[in-house]
Order: sequence, then structure tokens, then C-alpha cells
Amino acid sequence: MTYIAKPKLHHPALPTNKLGYTRRDYEGSVSTLCAGCGHDSISAAIIQACFDLDLPPHRIAKLSGIGCSSKTPTYFLGNSHGFNSVHGRMPSVLTGANLANRDLIYLGVSGDGDSASIGLGQFAHVMRRGVNMVYIVENNGVYGLTKGQFSATADRGSKSKRGAVNSDAPLDLIGMALQLGATFVARSFSGDKVQLVPLIEAAILHQGAAFIDVISPCVAFNNHPGSTKSFDYVREHNEAVNRLDIMSPRAEITADYAPGTMETVVQHDGSILHLRKLATNYDPHDRIAAMTYLQQRQAAGEVVTGLLFVDPEPVDLHAGLNTVAAPLNELGERELCPGAGVLAKVNAALR
Amino acid sequence: MPQPLERINDFVVKFANVNGSGSASANQLFAKAILRMGVPCTPRNIFPSNIQVLPTWYEMRISEAGYLGTRGGVDLMVAMNPQTWDQDVAGIEPGGYLFYDSSKPLPRSKFRDDINIIGVPLTEISNRTYSDPRQRQLFKNIMYVGALSAVLDLDVNEVERLIGEQFKGKDKLIAPNVQALHLGRDWALQNLECPIGLRVRRADKVGDRVFLEGNSAAALGCVYGGATVAAWYPITPSSSLAEAFASHCRRYRVDRDTGKNRAAIIQAEDELASIGIVIGAAWNGARAFTATSGPGISLMQEFLGLAYFAEIPAVVFDVQRSGPSTGMPTRTQQGDILCCAYASHGDTKHVLLLPEDPHECFEFGALAFDLADRLQTPIFVMLDLDIGMNERLCAPLAWDDARRYDRGKVMTYDDLEAGKDFGRYLDVDGDGIPYRTYPGTHPKRGSFFTRGTSRDRYARYTEEGHAYADNMQRLLKKFTTAKSLVPRPVRRAAKQPSRFGVLYYGSTSPAMAEALDGLEARGLPLDALRLRGFPFHDEVIDFVAAHDRVFVVEQNRDAQLRTLLLAEGGLDPAKLVAVLHYDGTPITARFILGRIADQLDPANVRPLRKVMS
Repeated sequence: MTYIAKPKLHHPALPTNKLGYTRRDYEGSVSTLCAGCGHDSISAAIIQACFDLDLPPHRIAKLSGIGCSSKTPTYFLGNSHGFNSVHGRMPSVLTGANLANRDLIYLGVSGDGDSASIGLGQFAHVMRRGVNMVYIVENNGVYGLTKGQFSATADRGSKSKRGAVNSDAPLDLIGMALQLGATFVARSFSGDKVQLVPLIEAAILHQGAAFIDVISPCVAFNNHPGSTKSFDYVREHNEAVNRLDIMSPRAEITADYAPGTMETVVQHDGSILHLRKLATNYDPHDRIAAMTYLQQRQAAGEVVTGLLFVDPEPVDLHAGLNTVAAPLNELGERELCPGAGVLAKVNAALR
Repeated sequence: MPQPLERINDFVVKFANVNGSGSASANQLFAKAILRMGVPCTPRNIFPSNIQVLPTWYEMRISEAGYLGTRGGVDLMVAMNPQTWDQDVAGIEPGGYLFYDSSKPLPRSKFRDDINIIGVPLTEISNRTYSDPRQRQLFKNIMYVGALSAVLDLDVNEVERLIGEQFKGKDKLIAPNVQALHLGRDWALQNLECPIGLRVRRADKVGDRVFLEGNSAAALGCVYGGATVAAWYPITPSSSLAEAFASHCRRYRVDRDTGKNRAAIIQAEDELASIGIVIGAAWNGARAFTATSGPGISLMQEFLGLAYFAEIPAVVFDVQRSGPSTGMPTRTQQGDILCCAYASHGDTKHVLLLPEDPHECFEFGALAFDLADRLQTPIFVMLDLDIGMNERLCAPLAWDDARRYDRGKVMTYDDLEAGKDFGRYLDVDGDGIPYRTYPGTHPKRGSFFTRGTSRDRYARYTEEGHAYADNMQRLLKKFTTAKSLVPRPVRRAAKQPSRFGVLYYGSTSPAMAEALDGLEARGLPLDALRLRGFPFHDEVIDFVAAHDRVFVVEQNRDAQLRTLLLAEGGLDPAKLVAVLHYDGTPITARFILGRIADQLDPANVRPLRKVMS
């Protein structure tokens, strides 16, 4: 079996973005995931976000681990380099890629098995290093490819399709990302594209470690009554703290907001985030308050979504390492090799 | 009482110290002074997996003949550690010398009758002169160097000059160190019969050789080889390689105008992340490496298989230590040959480089990046603790400014724009090596999906058997190509024709050189071939074919390189005789000579003598 390429022909009247690309130019191969899979909606949201932001597709690198979620990079951004690495290790591979060329946009796609179990360590360390990336976890609470075992994000007491009850406490990736110093933290739902697309856009524009936990129901193994990661459950318990609109530095602000309900965040690259507050007391700049709020609502059984935390002036790994502005992969002998003259001095000092 | 040993420029001094007492720099000063007198010497650190208080030794062989391997035995013991006194005294050769701190009287029973005792009240002099406890300890170390300079007839001017160089820029420290040196020296000159039977006499046998650790040399090779990304996790005995790279980069990789770094060094959370970072960086067109030891190699297995199968360059320095498991973390071994050569599950084969000394650590360190890019695969540089963590006299490091980095087969924007056919796993040149593109090269062409799953020549996922087999065959072809790219073996022919040969590699080299001389002197000449890389060059197979019996000398229990030779070379097992040393100490000439001489029984030796006569 090879992946099915989509036909290249398209309607001449398809809208184009500022670079002249159509939305189709951001697509990948036909998805081989189950019909109705939440992950496909996330792929569609990524495609929309990249189209909206006028990104040159080849300047994006998409990396993933292993699992259903990690297969999705094949289904979007067909003109981007992709890397389906090993289970749970996308963060390290992405870190290396980012070190080699700081000029590309890095999109890391992972799942709850990939990030919360086998890759928990790498998830934690990529967050604390502040790698400039968008890290999306497509979170469905189960292992799909191996037929429906619980993952580490499954809630205690949630029921598997076969009727088993999960007795382990869940890992809270959002809470960990906040605690570990991620500078952009959001949660969304694959069934809410209106919320998800602007979050992905804002995360891409964010110049630091951006983490988005997307609850993405598994239609094959975790979409039944008793599951806390089903479409119905998430719809019923979704508690959005804000709604995000995003503006590029050049765009005019046209939307009208009632006074006191809108907050403007200017990110380092000049992009403007308009946050319509839904929970009036929620402050997405207060890391500690955000952690408390999330814990409280989670204890009440709610799934808090929206832009949960953003630091508009993030410090990324390259800043910490004080690396040169040019991508390291563009440096040659002239910049890297000290030469025979220096070596003669080295030798002299070793005698 | 046997005759006191009388040896000039040919003896072994061993310092018994306490870990963390600051003795290392004093001992190094002693070694360098001997080198400055033109006399080759080789020190080895013998240390425990510990930070403070446990015993350490610094064993130094002084050999005007230039033998740099461990000799075995001790002619002069500098016993500065009461904890190990008994074993240190017991290790001295009859007629040898014991140098000790005589501040506190010791009972006669603590000594031996067949050795010569040299007592210097170091603590007493030190406590009399200094009040600060740290100074008392540090200057006591310099004082014993001073006393030894008198005892062994060392040129004290050389020691003073070295102190001056060491503290250049911190000039305030020069005078007190020189003063401490003379405190020890003067006491010895006034109170002892100087010199003793062991002496250092000025010679001219060092030449332009340099003296450094293999880890530092390998790290400098990374700088010269253009590495820009390093990721590592601390593990003995490789940590100093990564740390040396950081230190070299502070010196040679800072942009003068901006103060910014031309390298990124990450101390990762573990070895898995280290190799993951290396693979990610190399996939994206940077030269990247990690440094580790056996346990790290074990952890990296999955990623190494990915790099092999997805064909991503990676450079791995394995500074080997005694395994399996945690083994003896601070003892040397050549125990990772097989687990590197065949790293990861499924059918894999990896390129190994086998440096003999710091000179080759530098050379192969830089070369590894060219090979990794050219072959698009992991390259292992196999050091061990003996060469990695000890300073070794070796040929000066060499670099040709005309040399250009070989970035391998990379399609550029122009290639893609011109419409060149790009198949990531397509063999267009018949050498098994496909072209790759760096991410971000061209807006419409040249992108591909890298994966550890099977794919066709155009990087499209497939589980078709023929496509999988086609790819695996091409990887074999690529490995054959590697044969012509790795360093060729080095041959040392016996002075007379010999039916016997010996194969060896890595840190065994100096002991082997001495053993070959010894065997030749005993009428047992052997042809020798030093292997420097895997896959094996045809010359290795021809060498075995040309001899009746070939000894394979290794520092591991299971004859790992011999196994590799049998598996990859299709050789007759009966012909390859294993000579194995694996107790964690460096192999010695005495050991090799003994084993080979034993094996060459009279029946085989006789015709050899006939040839010689």
C-alpha cells in the first residue's frame, strides 16, 4: 500500500493567499485514518492556519513520533519536509532540527501515548528548554493503532470500549507544560475548528515553546458513553475561557467588541492576538493563577479550553545558547574551521 | 637486599594519591618536565568511580625507547595515600624504591627489606610553612615534585619553566609554587643521597610530538570537522570529550563581531535525547555529534536503527569502558565493537573508526563528519578510556587548509529547479548512496517524508516486499562503498618473512609495538596489521589469507573483532587465534608477548627459525 496522492488539478477560481498559494497547496496525501477521526479535523485546521498566515509551505518542517496522531503529518503540508521519527522522541529530533536551522517553522505533532507515556521525558525537556516550535498533542486517551488500550491521559474512572475501568490517575499535559515553562499554552477540541484554527495560528507566530493540547476523540475506540474523551462528553463539558482572533501586523482591526470583554496581546513578531474573554476573571498572563484555575475546573469535571497562558516576550533555546543569527547549517569551513595556523599554535602549547 | 635498581630513562613511577587532593596537576607537572627533557613518558590515571577521598593512582612509564604502553610493575612508588599503603608497598619490584611522607613514624613492619626507602617529611615541612589547610595540601603536592626532581636528577629549570607557563596570567601564583618546589627539592638535596639508581637523563627522543588526551583531541577534531550541534549526557569516560568541545568552541567558535556562538551544545536529559538531537540536526543539514560510552550506546539503539534505515548522518564517539551493564565505569575495555557494528534491531551494519591515539582521535574525529555526510549513516569513532582520558605522546595534530568539507550528495535549489529527478532513496550513481535535500530548499520540489518505516525509492511509504528488499540491498551496496572510504589498515612487516600475523586496533597499539619488538628479539617475527576501520578493507582479508595463523589481539572477553572478521570476512575460524585481555587495566606488551610466545609452540617455531638462519 502506498499513500494516495490527491489529484493536482483544482478549480481555477480557488482563492489564493498573499503568496499565491491555494488552500490545496497546503494539503497532503489522502488520510488513511478512520472516517470521522478527530485527528483529520486537526490536520484541516493546520492547513487552514498555514494558508491564512501566508506561510511558504517549504519553510515549515513537520515532525512526529509514532501512533495515529504521528501519522497525520503525511496528510497535510505535502510540500514540507516531514519526519516521522521514533515513538515518543519527536521532541529531541525537533530540537536538533531547530538548532540546525532556526529560520524554519517547526510543527511537532504527537499523541497522548507518544507524549504522556513513552515520551513524557522528552515532552518535559523540550518545554523547559523553550524550543521555538508548535507542539500539538492530539489527545484521545487511547492507543488507537494497537486497538484501544488506555493511555496515560485517560481519566480515572473512564471506561474503555470493552468495559474496563481505568484506575490510574491521568497525566495533565497542560498543567505540566505550564509548570515546565512553556510560553504559550492552549487547549482546544478537534470538533471546534473556529476555536482551534486561530490558536494554531497564534502558536505558530509565537517565538517560543507553544503547546496545544487538542482533545481529539477516537471514533473507533473511545467515543462511547463512559469515556471522558468522546465527542459528546467534551461538548457537554467544554468550558472555553476565551475566544481568539488573530491579526497579522499589517491587518486592520475590523471586529467590534463590547468594552471590557476584549484584551489585546501583541506578540514579539508584531502579531496581535484579540482575546474575547468568556470567563471574565481569567488572566492568561498569570501562570500560577492559570494553573490553579485549571486544577479547580478539572476537579469539577470541566474541560477548560482556549488560550490558557501566553508570554508575549518569550526566550527561546537559541537565545539561551546565544547562537549566531545565521542558521548553523549554512556555515562552512570559513566560519567553522580554525585552520592549520591555529593548529600549529595548539600543537606548540601541547609540548 | 637485592641490588638497588639502576635504570636511566627506563622505569615506572607510580603515584598513589587520594581522589580530590589536587595531586593531578602536580603529577602532570612531573610528567611534562620529563617530556621537556626529551624523554618519552606515558602517564595513566587509575581512578575509582568516585569524587573524593577514594584512592587514585597515576602510573607513569618513562621509556627512552619510546614504548608508550603500560609495562606492569613499579620501580618507584610515591606512596601518598595511607589507605593503600600495604598494596602499594607490595607492588614495588625487588630492588625498587619507596618514596613516602615520613612526617609520622611508621613501624618497621610497614616496610619491606628488599626495597629502598626514601622518606621526606612533607606534611611537617608543609605545616611549618603554610597555615591555610588547602595551601598545605596543594603545596605538599608541589613539594613532592621538588623532592623527586632531586631524587631522579630531573632538570629543575624545566619544572620552573612549566610552572611559569601554567600560571601565565595569574603571575602571583608562580613564586609560591616555585618556592614550594624548592622546599621539597632542597630538603631532599640536603638530607638524601641524590640521585638514586633511577634517573632521568636529557635525551632527544620526543621530537615534535604533542601530549594530550584523546577526548580533547577528538573534540578538537569536531571543531575542525565543522560540527555545529553537539548533544550529550554525562557519562564516564566520555564527558570530558563534550566538555572539551565546549571549551574549544569558546575559543574558536565565537563570532568576533557579535559575540555569538557558531555551535549549539545541549546537555540532554539522557542518551536517547542526545542521539535524537543529533539526528534531527543532521537531517536538517548541520554536522552533529554525541559522545557517550557503552551504556549510552545501549540506550541509543532504536535511534541508531532509524538513522541507518532512514539514512541520516550522525557521528557517535564511544569512549569505551568495561561492561556489561555499569561494569567498571572507570576502567578501559574494547567491549562495544559488536554492539556498535550491529547496533539496533533488524539487519544493520555500521561504520566504525578505530583510532590508536589522540592524533588519530583528532584525524578520525574530523573525518567522521565527512564520512557521515558522504554515506548518510551513523559513524562510530571508537575510543576507549585508555586513550580518551589519559594524556598520550603522539604525532602533532595535522590539518590541510586546502581541505574542503565533503557534504555528500545534497540536491540544491538549482538542481531541483533544473528538473533533476529527485528520489530520496534512488541510487543514481551505482554506489548505493542516494541524494538528499535539506528541508526548506525549494517551494515546490524536493520535499519528502523521512520515516523509519519501509518506503520506495521516492520515499513513499510501502510494505511491498520487493521495494523493501531493493532498499535493503542498496544499503548493503552502500556499505561496500564505505569500505573504500574508511581509513586503510596500517601494516608493519616483520624484518624476516613470517607465516604468522597479528591483527590489532585502537589503544592496544603501543603495547603491540613493544611486544612485536620483543617477539622479534626472541626469534618470533610476526607481520602485523593495525585495523583502523570497519567495514574491513580487502587488505585485511588478504593479510589473513597470506598467513598460516593470525593472532587477533583485543581488550574484551569475547573476541569481538575476531567475531566480526569471521562474520564479515568469511574467514576460517581455525586460523584466527584470539589474544584477549579484559581485566580493565590497559593491555601490556608483557601480556601480548607471553600469550603469543606460548601459542607458537616449538613445532611451529622451528621452521620459522630455519627461515631466519
